[in-house]
Amino acid sequence: MGERDGHLLTVAGLEALLQALTAQGRRLIGPTIRDGAILYEEIEGIADLPRGWTDEQGPGSYRLRRREDDALFGHVVGPHSWKRFLHPPRRELWRARERDGEVELRPAALPEERLALVGVRSCELAAIRIQDRVLLEGPFADPHYRAMRERIFLLAVDCGEPAATCFCTSMGGGPQAREGFDLALTEILLDGERCFFLRTGSAAGAALVAELDPPPADARAKSAAAAVVERARASMGRKMPEADIRDLLLASLDHPRWERIAERCLACTNCTLVCPTCFCSTVEDTNDLLSGETVRSQRWDSCFSAEFSYMNGRAVRAGTASRYRQWMVHKLATWHDQFGSSGCVGCGRCITWCPVGIDITEEVAAFAAGAAVPAEGD
Amino acid sequence: MFMAPPATDIAPRDPLLPRIVRLRGKRREIRGVWSLEVVAEEGEPLDFAPGQFSMLTAFGVGEVPVSVSGRTRDGIGLVYTIRAVGAVTAALCGLRTGAPLGLRGPFGAGWPLEEAAAREVTVIAGGLGLAPLRPAIEAVLAAGGRLVLLYGARGPSEILYPADLARWQSARRAQVEVTVDHAGPEWHGHVGVVTRLVPRARFDPDTALALVCGPEIMMRFAVSSLREAGLSDARIFLSMERNMKCAVGFCGHCQFGPHFVCRDGPVLGYDRLAPLLRIEEL
Repeated sequence: MGERDGHLLTVAGLEALLQALTAQGRRLIGPTIRDGAILYEEIEGIADLPRGWTDEQGPGSYRLRRREDDALFGHVVGPHSWKRFLHPPRRELWRARERDGEVELRPAALPEERLALVGVRSCELAAIRIQDRVLLEGPFADPHYRAMRERIFLLAVDCGEPAATCFCTSMGGGPQAREGFDLALTEILLDGERCFFLRTGSAAGAALVAELDPPPADARAKSAAAAVVERARASMGRKMPEADIRDLLLASLDHPRWERIAERCLACTNCTLVCPTCFCSTVEDTNDLLSGETVRSQRWDSCFSAEFSYMNGRAVRAGTASRYRQWMVHKLATWHDQFGSSGCVGCGRCITWCPVGIDITEEVAAFAAGAAVPAEGD
Repeated sequence: MFMAPPATDIAPRDPLLPRIVRLRGKRREIRGVWSLEVVAEEGEPLDFAPGQFSMLTAFGVGEVPVSVSGRTRDGIGLVYTIRAVGAVTAALCGLRTGAPLGLRGPFGAGWPLEEAAAREVTVIAGGLGLAPLRPAIEAVLAAGGRLVLLYGARGPSEILYPADLARWQSARRAQVEVTVDHAGPEWHGHVGVVTRLVPRARFDPDTALALVCGPEIMMRFAVSSLREAGLSDARIFLSMERNMKCAVGFCGHCQFGPHFVCRDGPVLGYDRLAPLLRIEEL
């Protein structure tokens, strides 16, 4: 992984690291408290981090709570994911103006901004890699995504206290950032003092470490960091059943369980919006009547909307059962066929932000438990 | 940045950005259906493979997927046959000759003509489904293959490409049968759904390929008739239709099970479709 033995960073050292990223001309995006949640927004330094706060999560439930300590990253993930910066909710594709039978078409400028993403969790690194495969590594590449992706700096943070909704370990991940980051932090206490075990994951990260020149981490720091990760791994709030989920779901396409889920599902699209890998989008053309200019924009779309499958005067997926099935079967089954991995990283957002608390792990468990029982009508 | 995909030296063209093309001519095929002849602005030839589709933009209105239904007579442009049913298709059909429009593509996997040319091909088309099959039919005949065409339309006035049908009918190695759902006394041909013609089709089920395009319900019945006639699933190909926005696998709309209809299709072998087509609302 090209990672060296690691360094030790004080809280002041973290501030210096953030300022060094700013000095490179990067905009810092990190976790901060707004509207009663921890969101990813522009930050200026550690003062904007949700220091001393944590998030209590459960199915359909999210609350901020004061911690008894002053941990900087003592929370998990909120309703935002980094896709809102790499694959934004809305962006202009092009604008055109027609005059005297000639069309002047102007593609939207590619982003030139360089972002530093602060506090990226292991599940989110996995989600970014998944979106890379969708938007960059297929037969076609999305130039906007590429431009953003090539310029970002990823400052990862290992998770110390997973939420009750977390299940990354059962999706092949874990609380520790293992690859795909520039620098990674583990928040630790040494003799009661808050500091960070710093790992390097890229040349850009190594250059920053050389610039800041923090002291190397000693064995005590390393074992403290390992203990944080181990404790987190052992306290995962949920787990996905151990089964071949792809085959299980593809064999359950006409299972009556879908209708039972649909009795609860509101088709509100929340799960797809908070999901860090959901990539679906649509396009919209808007016209300025005065100038005659037309603008085509791309915006996030959701397989839970009726319009999503609209064709020849009707929605192919007319009912909520078929829409939920599309979402879950795509995420956990056909994603393997399309992109060579699951589409789920176990971040638990879809459980927390579902207004009725539908739990994807519980639903898979129900299919797994019912797998031996033939579906009605079979 | 760690693990970033390598940057390409030459920026590939943005697949979501249309190129400007011109409407060189158009003709009314049947009521509400127009064929548009589209050429590049600089006159360079536009290429496609039979069965592929393009995304056409009527500026200020929107974008729709449309199958390529042929080449212009001079070979440099493409023909699209469009039924004016919605705002965008109506705007496209209403364009005046010389008007600019946006073109992306062609995209997708077309008909398996490399396999088909040497053998015999049975084509079953319903309504406007004949449009994406027309270039395949021309290719099969040009390659000296044997053609069976079974075509169904709603009524005699809804029969698409009558001049082409007459020409194909007179081809030496072709059997062309046309049927309509409803007809008056002036019609002397077949009446009934197109799948009823399958028993009349003369083909060897061990060597023939079947290419099918039409409403999904018609394709389902066509498949069951073809299978009854002895054709195996791997020899039957359907052109699938789903909602499409991007045509390049980014937008997710056209998914049909594991397939992106835009990218893996629109033409897919029935052996891959069979387990999916039996699921409702997939």
